[in-house]
Amino acid sequence: MSKVLSENSEWTFELIEKYDAEIARIAKTYGLDTYPNQIEIIRSDQMMDAYASVGMPVGYNHWSFGKQFLNVERGYRRGQMGLAYEIVINSNPCIAYLMEENSMTMQALVIAHACYGHNSFFKNNYLFKSWTDAESIIDYFVFARKFIADCEERYGSDEVENLLDSCHALRNYGTDRYKRPYPISAAEEKARQEERAEYIQRQINDLWRTIPRGASDRAVIDEHRFPSEPQENLLYFIEKNAPLLESWQREIVRIVRKIAQYFYPQRQTQVMNEGWATFWHYTILNDLFDQGLVNEGFMMEFLHSHSSVVAQPEFDSPYFSGINPYALGFAMMRDIRRICESPTDEDKYWFPDLAGSDWLSSLHFAMENYKDESFIQQYLSPTVIRDFKLYCIVDDDQSDTIDVTAIHNEQGYRQVREALAQQYNLSTQEPDIQVHEVDVRGDRSLTLHHQQNSRKPLNEDTEEVLKHLHRLWGFDIYLFSYNGQEVEQTIRIPGKGLSLV
Amino acid sequence: MSYIIDRRLNSKDKSAVNRQRFLKRYKKHIKQAVTDAVSKRSITDMERGENIGIPQKDIDEPAFGHSKGGVRERVLPGNKEFLSGDKIKRPDGGAGGGAGKGSASGSGEGLDDFVFQITQDEFLEFMFEDLELPNLVRRQLASTDTFKRVKAGISDQGTPNQLNIVRSMRSAYARRIALGAKKRRRRKEILAELEGREDSRESAVVALQEELVVLERKLANIPFIDDFDLKYNIHKKLPQPSSKAVMFCLMDVSGSMDQRTKDIAKRFFILLYLFLQRNYEQTEVVFIRHHSTAKEVEEEEFFYSRETGGTVVSSALKLMSGIIEDRYPVSEWNIYGAQASDGDNWTNDSPICYDLLANDLLPLLQYYCYIEISDRGHQELWQYYEKLAEVQADAFALRSLEDYADIYPVFRELFQRQSNGQLMSSGS
Repeated sequence: MSKVLSENSEWTFELIEKYDAEIARIAKTYGLDTYPNQIEIIRSDQMMDAYASVGMPVGYNHWSFGKQFLNVERGYRRGQMGLAYEIVINSNPCIAYLMEENSMTMQALVIAHACYGHNSFFKNNYLFKSWTDAESIIDYFVFARKFIADCEERYGSDEVENLLDSCHALRNYGTDRYKRPYPISAAEEKARQEERAEYIQRQINDLWRTIPRGASDRAVIDEHRFPSEPQENLLYFIEKNAPLLESWQREIVRIVRKIAQYFYPQRQTQVMNEGWATFWHYTILNDLFDQGLVNEGFMMEFLHSHSSVVAQPEFDSPYFSGINPYALGFAMMRDIRRICESPTDEDKYWFPDLAGSDWLSSLHFAMENYKDESFIQQYLSPTVIRDFKLYCIVDDDQSDTIDVTAIHNEQGYRQVREALAQQYNLSTQEPDIQVHEVDVRGDRSLTLHHQQNSRKPLNEDTEEVLKHLHRLWGFDIYLFSYNGQEVEQTIRIPGKGLSLV
Repeated sequence: MSYIIDRRLNSKDKSAVNRQRFLKRYKKHIKQAVTDAVSKRSITDMERGENIGIPQKDIDEPAFGHSKGGVRERVLPGNKEFLSGDKIKRPDGGAGGGAGKGSASGSGEGLDDFVFQITQDEFLEFMFEDLELPNLVRRQLASTDTFKRVKAGISDQGTPNQLNIVRSMRSAYARRIALGAKKRRRRKEILAELEGREDSRESAVVALQEELVVLERKLANIPFIDDFDLKYNIHKKLPQPSSKAVMFCLMDVSGSMDQRTKDIAKRFFILLYLFLQRNYEQTEVVFIRHHSTAKEVEEEEFFYSRETGGTVVSSALKLMSGIIEDRYPVSEWNIYGAQASDGDNWTNDSPICYDLLANDLLPLLQYYCYIEISDRGHQELWQYYEKLAEVQADAFALRSLEDYADIYPVFRELFQRQSNGQLMSSGS
């Protein structure tokens, strides 16, 4: 009797269960350690909703999600874009959405990709481990939604919307890169929120105390700059120190900050995360075929969609829109296995420790301990550089030409690797802006310093963002943009003759 | 371990709230787009939504970022002929290398608009808002108000007045058959066995007789009618437009009418059309334009062509009267007239208009309204019409307006009359 699980492309719940069981069995043999899966079948319009809420299964209300929704809806209606086959949420249990339109093959692909690939990545990668808390995130979203809805009721939705706009403008500047907060549940969060509200208000009042002090006191105090060290986490700084915010406003700042922090690892592990998931759906489905559980028709459909997922258009192709993280990640993951299993002399020279080691544990090690930037720095091999024909250009606005500085040859490998890694380094991709000083004794103005990276100037949104910052801070904002030691640009909000936002 | 959950039956429109917030935020843009669309559309074409475009730069959410300039290093795939050390001429548009989308030329928006769809309801809502319609009227316009109750099947739930007796009894009967079938079968068997042995004292016979008694009791205990036998009729309200209506749009197209005046008139006609359409099964529109002579035209020509020359209003009224006679017998059609003008008329023509309306037309019409779109003083035509309004208040109204927002008060008169009168007899 044939072992084939299904003959045609219709899916049923029984079939999904069967496939899931087989995929789980194979995943186990490869040591994929996952959260339990919660597979949810949804309609395409629900998928659009899921898209619009940018991966939050329970989101608070804001017009920007409405914009997102209209955008997705239009793209989908006009057939300009297909919807993703799945969305997966980093939570415990790990929620994966499957669309009802998918064929059985696609459902199996998605289960392998999301429920075992992404899921094990979420559970084991160090960034996710230290920055997100899968146990409590859904509870937190529920808390956030409720809190914001309550605020809308009490203080009016326009007020809340304005505040959220301002927080959203700064949300990429809401992460502590060096400390990891302790995870707490929603109930605790609620209790703490009240405690915190009261405590913070007391602290702030202290900082802004206006009662005059003795002359001797003042001399000492004036020497202290506040903050004593520059702060890169602008939202945190606002939450704790903004003089005029009410405690509910501080809590909303905190919510936006917390949610941004939850997404922070995802922004830094695109290549790895997609590469890992793609590698495993490819490996697992091939195993299903080898074990006679699926037929050729299934494999043809699977390979067709797999190869379009990992296609990398070249730079001069009309379809080119940057490096495809699926393609690069998948190629690198496979390459690691190849280096372990059948290293060439070149591999032995470049990866002495990796060549010939056990591929499975090496691959797990790579997945667990790197982010995109360091992963590329460590593992991008000459083979992959050659396969992708990567080359590096330098575009300097002071030079008349664009220079090709490295190509896929012996002299170029290291530089290409270095440059590509930098391309995934968030701290060079986003402007380095930090809180420098607050004029505590004077006009309470807030001074920010921007340190230019390779002379790259700030974009035209800057003033707009600073207006938002001004709304949160309540007093004047200064921004100095430095190139080395020299100030290149100064912005003051509110500017001359400019009314408050 | 995996849990598989079917969420397909979960509620729709999770994003509805966010969508509404977006629409609210960009109301100004959307209203502008709707206003533009109204002037482009035919007045009989209000039954669909609209694509709204908003300049991308207006809806971007700001964030810190780099703009072009400085030194950029990029890694690209698919090298063919480049060698390290090659210098490539910068493509037009300056710095940015492959990334060079640039921020567009000085000539205008370089980025595409953000385009999305609003529904017909939203479209009307935005249009009404411009006209400052009160909510009640909006609802009346956007929905049908007369309903017919039609049967829509049978339900297990309902109120006693909806009880369907025949179906209830049928279902009780079926239940009784179903519940008693086994027992009756057994009774039949026992009776057959006992046939002719009634007097026997055998223990088997006694047992059978006892069983028979129990069976009889059980059968008697099956209720004749039970709660879940009850069936109720459900009724559905179906919108029920009354019958046929024809709307005459009369407009002065002489040189003194400018495009803005015509746009105001157009909105008035749209309102009237929407109103009629909600209330009548079939609505036709006749466009009559006039200067010194009148002519029946297509909508396009009606709103967008200009003529020079004098103004003789009575020519249009005569034509209208002729058309009614030819094509719209009063017995079949509800006839409405709407006239828009800037108030000019040929001297000595106004008394003729008065006579025409008072004697020939108004007896045939449901309603006739005249709007004068002008910021100057009233002229002769107005004075005659005013007299007419005094004698024929229930069928004739006139108003003068200067702006879009003035349209509604005129319209209200029509509604007031209708809600007291025959048309909306069902009441709502």
